[in-house]
Amino acid sequence: MSQYRVSGRGRVDTSRAVTFTFDGKSYRGVQGDTVASALLANGVHLMGRSFKYHRPRGAIAAGSEEPNALIGTRRGAGRFEPNTRATVQEIWDGLETSSQNKFPSLKFDVGAVNDAAYMLFSAGFYYKTFMWPRSFWDKVYEPFIRAAAGLGVSPTEEDPDHYASRNLHCDVLIVGAGPTGLAAARAAAVEGLRVVLVDENAEAGGTLLSEPQARIDGKPAWDWLAAELEALKALGVKVMTRTTAIAYYHQNLIGLVEKLTDHLPKLPADTPRERLWRVRAKQVVLAQGALEKPLVFHGNDRPGVMLAGSAQTFLNRYGVLVGKRPVILTSHDAAWYAAFDLQDAGAQVQAIVDTRADVDALLLNEARARGIAVKLSHTATATSGRLRVSSLRINPVAGGTVGSGQEIRCDAVLMSGGWTPSLHLFSHTKGSLTWDDDRTTFLPNNTPEDCVIAGASRGLWGIEAALADGAEKGRAVVEALGKTGAQVAYAVEADRPGTGVSHKELPTDLSAGKAKAFVDFQNDVTAKDLRLAVREGMRSIEHVKRYTTNGMATDQGKMSNINGLNIASDALGKKQPQVGLTTFRPPYTPTSFGAFAGYHRGEHFEVTRKTDIDSWAEAKNAVFEPVGQWRRARYFPKPGEDMDAAVRRECAATRASVGIFDASTLGKIEVVGPDAVEFMNRMYTNPWTKLAPGRCRYGLLLGDDGYIRDDGVIGRMSEDRFHVTTTTGGAARVLNMMEDYLQTEWPDLNVWLTSTTEQWSTVALNGPDAAKLLAPFVEGVELTEETFPHMSCVECTVAGMPARLFRVSFTGEIGFEVNVPAHLGRKLWETLWDAGQQYGITAYGTETMHVLRAEKGYIIVGQDTDGTVTPYDCGMGWAVGKKKPDFVGMRGLARPDLQAKNRKQLVGLLTEDGSKLEEGAQIVFDPKQAIPMTMVGHVTSSYDIGTTDQPIALALVAGGHEKMGETVYIPMPDRTIAAKITSTVFVDPDNTRLKI
Amino acid sequence: MTRFNAFNLLKNAMSGHKNWTEQWPDSQPKSEYDVVIVGAGGHGLGAAYYLAKEHGITNIAVIDKGWLGGGNTGRNTTIIRSNYLYDESQRLFDHSVDLWQGLSQELNYNVMYSNRGCLMLAHTVHDVQSFKRHVHANRLNGVDNRWLTPEECKEYCPPINIAKDARYPVMGGALQERAGTARHDAVAWGYARGAAARGVDIIQNCAVTAIRRNAGGSVAGVETEKGFIKAKKVAVSASGHNSMVMATAGVRLPLESMPLQALVSEPVKPIFPCVVMSNAVHAYCSQSDKGELVIGSGTDQYVSYSQRGGLPLIEHTIAAISEVFPIFNRMRMLRKWGGITDNTPDRSPIIGKTPVQNLYVNCGWGTGGFKATPGSAHVFAYTIAKDEPHPINAPFTLERFRTGRLIDEAAAAAVAH
Amino acid sequence: MLLIHCPYCNETLPEVEFAYASEAHIARPAKPSDVSDEDWAEFLFMRSNVKGPLYERWRHIHGCGRFFNAVRDTVTDKFLTTYKAGDPRPDLSSLTEGLK
Repeated sequence: MSQYRVSGRGRVDTSRAVTFTFDGKSYRGVQGDTVASALLANGVHLMGRSFKYHRPRGAIAAGSEEPNALIGTRRGAGRFEPNTRATVQEIWDGLETSSQNKFPSLKFDVGAVNDAAYMLFSAGFYYKTFMWPRSFWDKVYEPFIRAAAGLGVSPTEEDPDHYASRNLHCDVLIVGAGPTGLAAARAAAVEGLRVVLVDENAEAGGTLLSEPQARIDGKPAWDWLAAELEALKALGVKVMTRTTAIAYYHQNLIGLVEKLTDHLPKLPADTPRERLWRVRAKQVVLAQGALEKPLVFHGNDRPGVMLAGSAQTFLNRYGVLVGKRPVILTSHDAAWYAAFDLQDAGAQVQAIVDTRADVDALLLNEARARGIAVKLSHTATATSGRLRVSSLRINPVAGGTVGSGQEIRCDAVLMSGGWTPSLHLFSHTKGSLTWDDDRTTFLPNNTPEDCVIAGASRGLWGIEAALADGAEKGRAVVEALGKTGAQVAYAVEADRPGTGVSHKELPTDLSAGKAKAFVDFQNDVTAKDLRLAVREGMRSIEHVKRYTTNGMATDQGKMSNINGLNIASDALGKKQPQVGLTTFRPPYTPTSFGAFAGYHRGEHFEVTRKTDIDSWAEAKNAVFEPVGQWRRARYFPKPGEDMDAAVRRECAATRASVGIFDASTLGKIEVVGPDAVEFMNRMYTNPWTKLAPGRCRYGLLLGDDGYIRDDGVIGRMSEDRFHVTTTTGGAARVLNMMEDYLQTEWPDLNVWLTSTTEQWSTVALNGPDAAKLLAPFVEGVELTEETFPHMSCVECTVAGMPARLFRVSFTGEIGFEVNVPAHLGRKLWETLWDAGQQYGITAYGTETMHVLRAEKGYIIVGQDTDGTVTPYDCGMGWAVGKKKPDFVGMRGLARPDLQAKNRKQLVGLLTEDGSKLEEGAQIVFDPKQAIPMTMVGHVTSSYDIGTTDQPIALALVAGGHEKMGETVYIPMPDRTIAAKITSTVFVDPDNTRLKI
Repeated sequence: MTRFNAFNLLKNAMSGHKNWTEQWPDSQPKSEYDVVIVGAGGHGLGAAYYLAKEHGITNIAVIDKGWLGGGNTGRNTTIIRSNYLYDESQRLFDHSVDLWQGLSQELNYNVMYSNRGCLMLAHTVHDVQSFKRHVHANRLNGVDNRWLTPEECKEYCPPINIAKDARYPVMGGALQERAGTARHDAVAWGYARGAAARGVDIIQNCAVTAIRRNAGGSVAGVETEKGFIKAKKVAVSASGHNSMVMATAGVRLPLESMPLQALVSEPVKPIFPCVVMSNAVHAYCSQSDKGELVIGSGTDQYVSYSQRGGLPLIEHTIAAISEVFPIFNRMRMLRKWGGITDNTPDRSPIIGKTPVQNLYVNCGWGTGGFKATPGSAHVFAYTIAKDEPHPINAPFTLERFRTGRLIDEAAAAAVAH
Repeated sequence: MLLIHCPYCNETLPEVEFAYASEAHIARPAKPSDVSDEDWAEFLFMRSNVKGPLYERWRHIHGCGRFFNAVRDTVTDKFLTTYKAGDPRPDLSSLTEGLK
């Protein structure tokens, strides 16, 4: 057995050895150890280096509040994480751990020169220097500061693990499975309520795990605990360990993170590493307990100086003596018990040094009985030892005067400055706090949430008080849920409630400037830094915190907030509440990104919507692009083709014979009802009254500000029924807008709106052969110019499938859009594909669609418009029903700036040198002007891979409609391109190709 | 005021730092001021500083309901850039970047302005078009911003995933090298110290309850928790509370205040060299000098002053970070917090005069106010002093919501600020 | 994440089912063309943005699809009530009374 392991103590299984490495060296621990307890069992206290001064540090605590003992943990490739708390990470065979923030080694770290320059690196020193010369900040100072800062190193590989999340509803959620939480759980569970009890530790029990001496209802604490957990489970309580309540959100939504694999030697198949639980509880009991406070004195950070309660935990829970010759330094009774436990386990306690003059006679007697020297009314003024504490210097204090010091040789200093209630989750609820002068701590007051706080987290010390309060608050919760709870009492023997006093920094005989008395261990904030901040005018704890970084380390102030507040208050001469408490912010402990990301990684980052035809495109090696949540085929390259070559071929084929295009992603809304036409008149700019059933029209939708929001072809299927199409990305937005006006402005209109986007698959055929190809499959209408002219729509049958057939064109060619029930999309597509072979049918994607429509001057909302464009700007005044009394956007269009001259208007551009313009390129009238230039517009669309004999572009140009034929300039980085303003229609301006 | 420099630092170090003096006094209100500024954030303190320094007006009070710098100044992700789309925005934000460059020296306070560059990733064809439009517009305005290929993006910021099969593959990026970050608190402190040294009173923990007007309608002063304070001019820049303060003067604003969350990871050694913004995926990340990844989250959908914010947004934000930077999935979130953002319909600020004579407002910065701090403060001071806008803030009027002459960066580019 | 009571479904459901729809009781003028530029800007853009009980609209977008009104305290984010679109604006004093 390791040198510091105590047989017969602890809850670890000493019969099962576990081997792990720390900084490459192999160590043996036992099943149930954390990295910290196993290293301590091997006599290793030095576990890390501090943030700023690179001072050697060991574990100060035994739990998740640990600020010092942060290590890197690794499990093979991809599974590395920095800043893991050695006091939380359980060991398993093969675990690799490493220390951080040191070079070249933990024992010899050159970064420790910062420590020597301690006087220079005072609080706020960054703000006062590094300003000269000016250019040095980016090049010299900042890189140096950045390299020195940080703790561990970032992972560099992709995480191979997966993460899960789940929702959970319950009557009562209890956070913390110590005596308070257990008693509350029982109170709720016996009434038949659904109870969830969570604890961040590997096992439930809280304080009870560290206090085996206590007896509850006549049973030894651990026996009672085991029986109670069994009983609770039998009552249906869901007990979750290794589960941290990270944050408290609105209306009793609590986020839990459950760690599932980090403690296992072998990763089970298909088990997530962590699971995020979103718990919605009717009532919440917060029983998070209390945290022990360090004492603030010179050298309080040396490895081997730790919290007395934590030493007790290491002994009683892990069977590890943190030192064989410890000295106790305390202002609270609690540490006396640590002394007794360690002494009884074989350590030789060198002394109990208490800052108080009066201590309970029972404690004094117990110490005397064990032969432990007691020093009352003493302070500590220094420690010594390079990488491990070897002595504590103590001085008597009388009448405020510090007497001469005396060294006590030791191998550990166990300190206790009393306890601070854990108010973190309570604070997340925006709960208010009150200051308790006696206990020198904040206590919970009111919260807007349905939540109670119980036990040590509201300042009640000892197991009996915890059980009683847990039972009482449990009953309160039961009653809040409409049941009558029973009174329950617990009898506790050998309880250790205790009292104590609180300190700012301990009195010292050192000159104040010399003392390195740490408050925030990880961030190297000393008492002197806090006082300097106050001296410099920082009057609130918020300023002091930000100026010194006190409380901003990875323990989030668990070790430092109250000590910091006490010192700052003293420096300001004010009461603590007047100086304030910095808000506790979520998460309670640092939480893996993976737990939040959950399932939403890789291809599941966001849902990918696919059409029924998508699988065909994939089989044909289409290249896809994301459009909104959809993925759309961008082009269909043949072997050896790049995008330009493929698009050129697709464009040419569509103009020459027939192209086929998956238009299923277009948004579709069914507008139905007796008032459908009136509704359409009010929503869209166009007039709809005279549109006959069986005909369709291009519709423009504005916002009430007068700017274009969306567009699409709209078919009137019958008197009271419109088939509205929208842009792919705009479907949901348009439907929401329509519903808004319908429900809240015009509730008198009898109209129903239904999203039908996913009900239809839409196959578009375009090209001179489109009608020939399609006609044989269509039953119910003849595809001639007379019977089914351009802009017609009909319900019919296509290839035996029920269909809505539109004759529309977004290419300038004869065009049809065939809508069939969504699941028949691919069947229709393949039918037409096979039949189209005789015409050389070509599948095209969105890129070709963009080119062909641009050649005809058809706009794409969002590309040729940008939210600041009116119909008139686009030359689409024809789409505005000027005789209508009102439509959405009509009044907006009349505003002064929308009526102003010289607005940017959509025009075509042809470059003089035949080069292609870049989309987004800016346009000027005077190319010779100096920068900053007066820009008059920009290129919105530009293509050189279509069917025109020169590249074409669309652009918004100030006053462009009045400038036909004039030359504008596009200054590029290497040259300026001249272009002539033209019509936006480059192909077939007379629409002759639309005729069958 | 003790000047900050290496010599004084060393000298004070030798004397145990006992001789540093307070950076600003804890002032109590006088009965009357030439200018009362409501809101002691970066914008308000900065305006006081420039009024004193450039316009010779020193009889000023900056009043805050809490501690100076306790609002959005101390709650943001400190991104600074000026690669906006419209000329008006570019001028405003680039003016700010110009001032950022020399701000540490100007204030004799190291605000740690770090020219580390801001890379905006394009994930869709639409993004590419939009960002190239920005790049070209910026170039002709003399604002630096250039286009990078996916490979160049990766080279500039190695943690970026440029895999072609990503859900939203990186199709390129727009890089502004002059962009960067700064130490947010230091900006408030630096301006406070500079303003106080020129005689400005900084009055903390004194809520302004109303703006009082004269019979003729012009501003008379402010009612506060500590009584009435007479003022010739009142300027409001109380982000998160502008609507309420201005309503007491009868001025309605086109604002909605939404909660915005942000978070940091545990600190690690340098891994992330610049600022990266991915609007399509909603990932905004940089690494602080302390080593924390600083991550901007989204705005909750509803009006709220609770500074709380919801869990779904955090889940989405972290998923976005893991999507764009997969190596960070095992990193841990250390702390998250919320602020209140005042959003205008066109996502551009309002800086200027109001219908009430001698009442001025600087508001509506949405999620992007920090970057503008020096520039906004500078032109706001000009506007207050001259009772007319500086040419740079002239377009950012309240009046534009009547005429329709909006500066719609959001609609134009779908860019979060 | 808020819990919201839909007055149409008569169920209290998580916020992810709902879409916020800004301030309530801002009626679109019956005859917009008769309205001045100032009044149109007021209708389009000006919002009370109250710190305290705010009359606002939500849509049960992933449920019944209905728009409804709510009064919510923007300081605590607590709903004081929700009610159907078209119902009269509830009296604030009666709501806050109930809260106490």
